[in-house]
Amino acid sequence: MYEFSYHKPSSVADAAQAIGAADDPKILAGGQTLLPTMKQRLASPSDVISLRGCRDLVGISSDGSTVTIGAMTTHAAVASSADVQKAIPALAALAGNIGDAQVRNRGTIGGSLANNDPAADYPAATLALGATIVTTKRELSADAFFTGMFETALEEDEIITAIRFPVPHAAAYAKFDNPASRYALVGVFYAKTSDGPRIAITGAGQGGVFRSTEIEDQIAAGKTPDSSSINESDLNADIHASAAYRKHLIGVMAKRAVAAAG
Amino acid sequence: MPSVSMTVNGKQVSGTVEPRTLLVQFIRENLHLTGTHVGCDTSQCGACVVHVDGASVKSCAMLAVEADGSTVTTIEGLAGNADVLHPMQEAFRDNHGLQCGFCTPGMVMSAIDLVNNNPTPTDHEIRDWLEGNICRCTGYHNIVKSIAAGAAAMKGQKAAAE
Repeated sequence: MYEFSYHKPSSVADAAQAIGAADDPKILAGGQTLLPTMKQRLASPSDVISLRGCRDLVGISSDGSTVTIGAMTTHAAVASSADVQKAIPALAALAGNIGDAQVRNRGTIGGSLANNDPAADYPAATLALGATIVTTKRELSADAFFTGMFETALEEDEIITAIRFPVPHAAAYAKFDNPASRYALVGVFYAKTSDGPRIAITGAGQGGVFRSTEIEDQIAAGKTPDSSSINESDLNADIHASAAYRKHLIGVMAKRAVAAAG
Repeated sequence: MPSVSMTVNGKQVSGTVEPRTLLVQFIRENLHLTGTHVGCDTSQCGACVVHVDGASVKSCAMLAVEADGSTVTTIEGLAGNADVLHPMQEAFRDNHGLQCGFCTPGMVMSAIDLVNNNPTPTDHEIRDWLEGNICRCTGYHNIVKSIAAGAAAMKGQKAAAE
């Protein structure tokens, strides 16, 4: 790992200021992606700004229609939260199946969303549930937030503070995980919302997480979801799975998610 | 260079570290507690698992400066004295839960975190929890047996203390 300067501000305002003053800053949340990346020298920020001192970014609240999760809340905390288990059990289950126990004890929801790994789990839940991403500057809809593989609408000095999830009528996440990494080869999050069904697919798309309105229309019409409308040339192909296999899995995972949501 | 202080195995320790110093380096190289191992150094194998504020973490994927003010327990901190092992350590010995032993400190630390959260884990729950700990010798079977026995022994010890 290359050298860097370390900052631990006690508020997001101070964190934003530290970002502005640095040449090539990176925000450190749980560090479960950033630190391994820096160890491999794939990232070499001049300044690392830790959000660990910003205690008001940690916590979960629920008012019956919305679950609000602070950006620095760990996956383990989301998985074991009675509020999340009651309001959106599919979200608690998703959090409890990310990576491994030690990653879940450090990794955070804000870090996962800001990184927008194309095979991460949280982006699928956030997009399918139509969540709102609250930042230091504004509120963004999930549809506007995810802009491409490892890309989001966040500006350089903009920090996620919380995520607001509207409580759906029903939801389920079906994940076909890579047996080695536990990342999603294909993951489909289905949410039955007051605006109709929403489907978000992770692990498969070259541009990261995406919705399929065709599959949503099939579900709304009471049909069995299938992935025939998905364009294979938009999907990832690697040593783990071909694009054709991922396309097939999207249909299978969508069916499983719809069945599990009941 | 930043200075850090934390409680490790019940003792207050402090030191001066580079920001890029990993927690596992601080534990091994500054504190000379070499029971915590570096296996893959890519946060996959779990040989470096320690407890930070009661939760198991991979100490190769955490900066030492991030542990400032925390309470850390390593494998050396489990046994109350040199003659009496922690029930989970004893269970690994009794059930032949190790062969080369390299992964064992991480396995034991991870297992204790599991039992703290789930005092009576099923074999399936144990195997699921061990996702983040890799052993290349045993085939895991005796590790799972050890953890089940260790969980029962920890429960017995807790009951005896109450």
